[in-house]
Amino acid sequence: MSRVFKGRVITPGAAKAPALVSHGGLNTLASYQMALMFGDKQVKCGDQNNPDLYKKPMIGKALCLPETIGSTTGGMVLYTACAMGKQPACMLFSKPIDSLAASGAILAANWTDASMPVVDSLGEEFLNYVQDGMMINLAEDGTVTVEDAE
Amino acid sequence: MILTKDQQALLDGQQGEIMAKVVKTLVMYGEAFGAERMVPVTSEYGHTVISFGIGVMKPVYELYDQLLAAGAVSKQPFSADPRPLDKNIPSSFLQNIVFKFMYSQQEHYEEQLQQLGLMNKNAYTCACYLPQAGNVPKRGEILSWAESSAVVYANSVLGARCNRNSGIIELMGSIAGFVPEFGLLTDDGRKADWIVEVRTSKLPDAQLLGSAVGMKVLEKVPFVRGLDKWLGTQLSESACAYLKDFGAACASNGSVGLYHIEHLTPEAVDQGESLIRENAPVYVVDDAELERIRNGYPCIWKDLDATPKLCFMGCPHMTLSQLKDWTVRVEEGLKAAGNKKVLIPTVFTSAPGVVKEFNKTAYAGRLKATGVILSTICPLMYMNNPLSKKMPVITSSNKLRTYSSARFYSEEEILAKITKEGK
Repeated sequence: MSRVFKGRVITPGAAKAPALVSHGGLNTLASYQMALMFGDKQVKCGDQNNPDLYKKPMIGKALCLPETIGSTTGGMVLYTACAMGKQPACMLFSKPIDSLAASGAILAANWTDASMPVVDSLGEEFLNYVQDGMMINLAEDGTVTVEDAE
Repeated sequence: MILTKDQQALLDGQQGEIMAKVVKTLVMYGEAFGAERMVPVTSEYGHTVISFGIGVMKPVYELYDQLLAAGAVSKQPFSADPRPLDKNIPSSFLQNIVFKFMYSQQEHYEEQLQQLGLMNKNAYTCACYLPQAGNVPKRGEILSWAESSAVVYANSVLGARCNRNSGIIELMGSIAGFVPEFGLLTDDGRKADWIVEVRTSKLPDAQLLGSAVGMKVLEKVPFVRGLDKWLGTQLSESACAYLKDFGAACASNGSVGLYHIEHLTPEAVDQGESLIRENAPVYVVDDAELERIRNGYPCIWKDLDATPKLCFMGCPHMTLSQLKDWTVRVEEGLKAAGNKKVLIPTVFTSAPGVVKEFNKTAYAGRLKATGVILSTICPLMYMNNPLSKKMPVITSSNKLRTYSSARFYSEEEILAKITKEGK
């Protein structure tokens, strides 16, 4: 079984990765700061206020979320994660993208060699459907195929 | 997006490849939000959220080296968030080693900031908008700032116009001298999406109310009714201090970039309910709701009964009136408890310009006599390492609570702990 969702491409690219789902806003600074600062290879989420992600590895995952929240260092943190090769495989937003996430994605696209395609406006239904571990296929045109876990 | 001839020339590389990349970044940023044009940055000063020379952020410093090598510096002087370190704040031998390792790039980064256009060597505060800090934008001015608590204050209390820009992007706006026009730069983007009805039995804790509003409305604009009953209809020093803390909590527990307070903040005073969008949902905040929010805060201390080793007040940095008020509150608390000095090592943080003014008053000696340490650092930067994370630190700041292991207590509870209980 699979379901297909169509979003808007913010920064282009294709990806295939297991989903990691946050139903609340991703606080980028709180999530990444300790992992980046102290070389956590799995980049485990450090945001104690996010029960969906706290302590889960984020590197290489298809990060599915409504939006990012919190400190305006957010874009810089995402850029740094990309420059260090510690970014998620892709970021898939159910809502229209927020200014901090957009900044991080665009800074990474213009100033690093990292690949972190970002798609937004996938809709609430996307976030209701997708679950941790489901395989995500992201196509260059912003089509997201969610494969049910076996 | 339609660019002017000059802007297009920059994008085409007239001033080199790096400047073209700066403009391309801003264009893509604007296009993500449907911006149709760039507008000039009109404030005298900018503000950057990146003030810390953390070794691991090498990619940022390398990017800034590219900017400097290409002569792409800010067209306006700017302030920066607080410095991370102060040797006057209690720390262990091991912590000092960690700090030295963590902030190994601090000196280099401060040199970069100077070259990029920092206002002066002491322009380090998250509350740059305080009169004593010297970066107070005027109503209607277009800003290229980052620092969530400063952006929300500038938009809401001062009536300036700024999006919630990210670190690096804000500097690029100041370098280019223009920013994409969208969101909070437009009249429509400043309309209120939510109505917040405050129905509490007393002035709500600014930190808790801000937290509740931020979690509810996320990135939307709230129109808050019922606060003027407690704060009045004038932007007095105490009202501004309250709104500073309220906004910081809104911005860190959600991503609020602008709020309107009925009968108090400039656009709410001028435009009243016409600011509210049709069919805006209503969020009622009463005593029970604030209690629910407070009870929902996690505490990640291993030992929940641990005796606090440090207390931080001033995230965002305290205002001059807050420093004076708290001097009196600590003195009175100590006197009532029969104590001479605070029982938990306590640090108040404020802007260098505010501290300079405070030190000219009699309050400075009185605060020092209570044992409270006055500093200009960023408490969050102190907390951001595994050793500090293990320390039982308490704070009245929702922002610090959100980004660190510091445990939240109300101002009254903090006062009791540092002057009377010691635990």
